[in-house]
Amino acid sequence: MNHFLQKITAIVFLIAAFSFSGLAQQSGKYGQVSGSFQFDAQMYQPDSQLGITDSIINGQTARMNAFGNIIYRLGNFSAGIRYEAYLPPMAGYDSRLEGQGFANRWARYKTGIVDVTIGNFYEQFGTGMIFRAYEEWTLGYDNSVDGARVILTPLKGLTIKGIWGTQRYFWDKYEKNDRGIIRGGDFDFFLNDLLPFMTENKTKITLGGGMLSRYQADMDPIYKLPENVASWSGRMNLSYGSFFWLTEYAHKINDPNAINNFIYKDGQALYSSMSYSQKGFGASLSMKWIDNMGFKSDRAVTGQSLDINFLPPLAKTHSYSLSAMYPYATQPNGEAAIQATINYHLPKKSKLGGKYGMGIEFNFARTQSIKKTLSSDAKEIGESGTLGYEADFLSIGDDLYFQDIGIEIDKKINRHFRMILSADMINYNMDVIENHPGEPIVDAFVWVTDLSYRFKRKHSIRWEMSQLLTKQDQGNWLATTIEYNFAPTWFFAVMDQYNYVNKDGIISSTNSAGELYEKTIEKLHYPTISAGYTKGTTRVSLSYGRQREGILCVGGVCRVVPKSNGFKITLTSSF
Amino acid sequence: MRRLAVTLSLLLFSIVLIAQNASKKTLPNITVKTITGESFNTADIENDGNPIIVSFWALWCHPCIKELTTIADVYEDWQEDTGVKLYAISIDDARSTAKVGPLANGKGWEYEILLDPNGDFKRAMNVNQIPHTFVLDGNKNIVWQHTSFAEGAELDLIEIVEKVKKGEDISKH
Repeated sequence: MNHFLQKITAIVFLIAAFSFSGLAQQSGKYGQVSGSFQFDAQMYQPDSQLGITDSIINGQTARMNAFGNIIYRLGNFSAGIRYEAYLPPMAGYDSRLEGQGFANRWARYKTGIVDVTIGNFYEQFGTGMIFRAYEEWTLGYDNSVDGARVILTPLKGLTIKGIWGTQRYFWDKYEKNDRGIIRGGDFDFFLNDLLPFMTENKTKITLGGGMLSRYQADMDPIYKLPENVASWSGRMNLSYGSFFWLTEYAHKINDPNAINNFIYKDGQALYSSMSYSQKGFGASLSMKWIDNMGFKSDRAVTGQSLDINFLPPLAKTHSYSLSAMYPYATQPNGEAAIQATINYHLPKKSKLGGKYGMGIEFNFARTQSIKKTLSSDAKEIGESGTLGYEADFLSIGDDLYFQDIGIEIDKKINRHFRMILSADMINYNMDVIENHPGEPIVDAFVWVTDLSYRFKRKHSIRWEMSQLLTKQDQGNWLATTIEYNFAPTWFFAVMDQYNYVNKDGIISSTNSAGELYEKTIEKLHYPTISAGYTKGTTRVSLSYGRQREGILCVGGVCRVVPKSNGFKITLTSSF
Repeated sequence: MRRLAVTLSLLLFSIVLIAQNASKKTLPNITVKTITGESFNTADIENDGNPIIVSFWALWCHPCIKELTTIADVYEDWQEDTGVKLYAISIDDARSTAKVGPLANGKGWEYEILLDPNGDFKRAMNVNQIPHTFVLDGNKNIVWQHTSFAEGAELDLIEIVEKVKKGEDISKH
């Protein structure tokens, strides 16, 4: 290109640019750009008391996870890209995340009737028991589908969805036969819109159903495996005033896979929940029964990737650190669960409620095994290559997996003080949930006191104190946090979790064979200091100290957070 | 030639920024659910020309519940003074959507509660961490947003809503 042409191009470009920005100022005609990013990094240091040595850190003293998202929207059209980098991923995240690049790109066109997406998308059919694609940054979890999705709304009250694609598997691009292809469809009928005589009815009913099938070539040398595995579900939502009831049944044809130890049994699941609420009172009751419902894009894969479906655990998600020490994770091979919650708000100016009233929440959750009996062709329950076992629909077995009985009280005492008290009794079957055979059931009692004191309009101090008592696992814990907040910009906090075990530091337990064994646990403090600054949607937080080993769960998926010592920074923003 | 390319891309970038500042952001068109299970389009979030607060929360998020409980104590006054309406968007997944209504009612919240069980609305609004609160003006333009909550932050929020109602400048917030 000669000099003259360059000049011309630049001038034309400038004119175009100015007129473009001029137009943009008028009305946003040229669309809207929005986005967000987050940067998490941690510096690791050796800590002999935690057993972290230089050779464990292995020179990787700094680790980082980051993402950036850009979404462009113009009328009915939108498109987005997502960049991610894990260099290398922070401790506790899957090491296969290491790398960087565009994890996600998509384009979507949506009118009132047609909604088409190509590229990566997230979607859920019903409660997700046959299909749910979603992401959870804090867990490093993303099972998005790369392909196409069409959502049609031909009539008011009728929604039809269709999806086709392959799922994200860390950074591995899909190649022929390296994992399954999934395709499915789902519909929703809102009867009150579709049937004229239902329009004015106080009872509102939605019927729905979906189907999802996975194709994966059979290249197994021993077994003849089904190449197309179908699952389907039917559901109903019913509401009458402030009463609400949801039920979904799901079924999956035989799918020998690494989760169920390659058995040829069908899987099925039932989920039902109801709730009632009025001002000042609410109650909900849910039950779930599942049998052999593990479903992944690759039948050989286990762990937290390539999940096609989502089996919600029925247990409260705790947010105080000691209460969250023993979280439940769904057992896809079979479990029966029930959960009940009651919320009550004692009215203002009542005897117990005081000037501001008082909130009470009661929570009960219990999960047990299902009853499995030997199938005619198997020599032991779950034997590979057989039907594995038989289980009657809705049968309940004898093994306790998890139980949590808890109460939480929330009270504003006066203009300055607000108090939250909570207590939980938790039974946690470590053998089953963490797959540690021989470990006893952990019986724990946890209490928490959370006091906020507002001493100026925007200045407050929060003091949290909690204790966990148990004779198993790592014994007792005591934790305290003091936090100073200057709303809405600054916070400083000092925290310590002390694993004081018990008086002599020895945990003893009897295993199933009646043998007594003992282990000595070192009493240890886990102090941390942290500070944060928020301006609008930009937030920076820093922390330094020890982090205890634990399980972090978000929405039923869990990640093991290893113990560590060091400095951590999180920077997040959106626009 | 390289210099030209750099100049042009810088120029393009600044135009995007200008367009960005000038064009006001509105709510995306996403399907969520009401607590009785019906579909609801987020473009239908409405308040007759009065300001709107959209707040993302979840049952497992203590600061979120603290924020909504704190606002609930003064919500009646806020509504009287500014006509504001609060939409509380729960991002809880299927495991606990049945508990959202009972909790909100049990706490005596008078907000419009919507469910975003697969995070579609959350992603479209670029919400990374909750609580994340948006303020919309009478024309449903997003004029302010903030993440996190500490006691006293509600005072800032109502100040902004009051200014938005009067059409005053909030760029200093």
